[in-house]
Amino acid sequence: MSLAQSVAAPAEAAPQPRRGGWRWAMARLLRNPSARIGGSVLLLILFCAAFAPWVAPHDPLHVNTLGRLLPPSATNWLGTDEVGRDIASRLIFGTRYFLLICLIASTISGGFGILLGLVAGGGSALADTLIMRCTDMLLAFPYILLVLAIVAILGPSLWTAMAAVGIAGIPGYARLIRSVALTVKREEYVEAARALGASEAQIILSTVLPNTISPLIVYLSYATPIAALSAAALSFLGLGAQAPAPEWGAMLVNSRSFLFTAWWAVAAPGLAIFVAIFSMNLLGNGLRDVLDPRDV
Amino acid sequence: MLEVRGLRTQFGTGAGAVRAVNGVDLAINPGEVLGIVGESGCGKTVLALSILRLIDAPGRIVAGQVLFEGTDVLAMRPRALTALRGRDIAMIFQQPKASLDPLMRIGSQIAEPLRLRGGRSRAEAWREAVELLGAVGIPNPEEKARAYPHEISGGQAQRVMIAIALALRPRLLIADEPTTALDVTVQAQILELLRERCRVLGTALVLVTHDIGVVAQMADRVAVMYAGRVVENGKVADILGQPAHPYTRGLLRSAPVMGAVQARLREIPGGIPDLTRPLSGCAFAPRCEARQQAGAARCDSQAPPSFLPRAGWQARCWLQAGAPQAQPAPEAWA
Repeated sequence: MSLAQSVAAPAEAAPQPRRGGWRWAMARLLRNPSARIGGSVLLLILFCAAFAPWVAPHDPLHVNTLGRLLPPSATNWLGTDEVGRDIASRLIFGTRYFLLICLIASTISGGFGILLGLVAGGGSALADTLIMRCTDMLLAFPYILLVLAIVAILGPSLWTAMAAVGIAGIPGYARLIRSVALTVKREEYVEAARALGASEAQIILSTVLPNTISPLIVYLSYATPIAALSAAALSFLGLGAQAPAPEWGAMLVNSRSFLFTAWWAVAAPGLAIFVAIFSMNLLGNGLRDVLDPRDV
Repeated sequence: MLEVRGLRTQFGTGAGAVRAVNGVDLAINPGEVLGIVGESGCGKTVLALSILRLIDAPGRIVAGQVLFEGTDVLAMRPRALTALRGRDIAMIFQQPKASLDPLMRIGSQIAEPLRLRGGRSRAEAWREAVELLGAVGIPNPEEKARAYPHEISGGQAQRVMIAIALALRPRLLIADEPTTALDVTVQAQILELLRERCRVLGTALVLVTHDIGVVAQMADRVAVMYAGRVVENGKVADILGQPAHPYTRGLLRSAPVMGAVQARLREIPGGIPDLTRPLSGCAFAPRCEARQQAGAARCDSQAPPSFLPRAGWQARCWLQAGAPQAQPAPEAWA
């Protein structure tokens, strides 16, 4: 350490208090009212999905032809549907479908979107042109029409509905990641890394990818509810989850003909969809407030 | 070790191209410190970037050779080029804080090249990174290695950059205005550190700067650039003592001298020529005091070749026409 002494280090400015870390972001998120509300509802949904058999008062598939379209009561909290199944229990089991759809659809759109975005933004100009023109093509179709077309090709089922919604979400992610990659590639520290011999692949993986996390989280919280809503719409059209499954969209379609005689059978799944999507949006707003670099 | 021959780098294409580097010849010997000095826009940064082929579109290296140990860097395949960068030739930049990845701990940024390219294990690389941090004069290196770039000062950031750049013990370090963005009190310390580390590792240093005082203090040899060309090139003692080129004289007169009482610093009148136009004659002629006195018509019409006022000292000026010529006059500069 003789060098350290010969080149004496000065007492340079003291480090600033730590901002922008994950713990700091979490603390800010917990103080954000909309994130708190949205987050709590989502936690409740998560809890219901995990412990559905214990939380639900009845079997969601148990048919009771004698107790059809009963109004809400102490035994059937939210009443029964057209074949006498307990709506509350079906809603609780429905959280599993809801979360499954969110997970699968976001994994498909996110996974492929990130990959394509990184290749387009970080790779050659040819790859960029090819990928971006393909996403332009996908985006040229109205979203729901694109989803319908994919389901028409793959055949109607819960899984194809999730795949269709996932595929239709790819262009959005790809564009977001590409734009981040293009911005980060212009940064001076990328130029510095390149000057010191970092390869392009290394720059993309160790520099560009970490920089996409914060915009990605925010985008995820916006794109996921749209995907979930579209999947529910597909089920409503009979192209997603099939008949006895307690999926919220499918529940809506079965009970819609009794809207005037048994409004609760329609209102309950409709409200469930609304509350779940709305709380995701609330959490998304909170996340954006916390992670927006202009605020930090 | 490194030889630059007839290097030309242009920005833009066609007739409007800016000739930022316009036929530069340079040589750097192992272990020496070469200062490249000149005013803003003279092409010194572009020259430095061209050596490592870091010129992005619309810039383009249109001619010349950069020979490192006899291999032409400009003809290298991408893989060989990335292998060269950092391991043989490293570079540091003007804005140290912007040169560090904000999302990565500084210890990891030093350890990464050691691990990926130096073949060290994760633990070894980290230990070596901490050692390197100590060697560049960061106090508390073990603790500081875990800091993020926003937690350290500009001076410390440049120390970290020096540690990263020298981690793989390159043969040559190019420092592009390494102290311009720093506080005056920190500047001298960073320069001293650079010289010290390069001497210890036997690394040659190319110091790009607009501060002729820095060159006087640090360099063995100096190349003075003007309008994309090297106008004077030789030992620091020779050139700063008795500049042969009128532009170097002007530069020296415009710099303050420590301890001397000067009524007023003398600027060089006029500005740099339009680099999109082909130059006939000496680029400095329109601003040149000596030319105005001598009235040499040759200055305006014919580009001056390199004359040798003394061995190892070249000056591109017709007023040196009495001295022996270094080489036959190059083909007319476009």
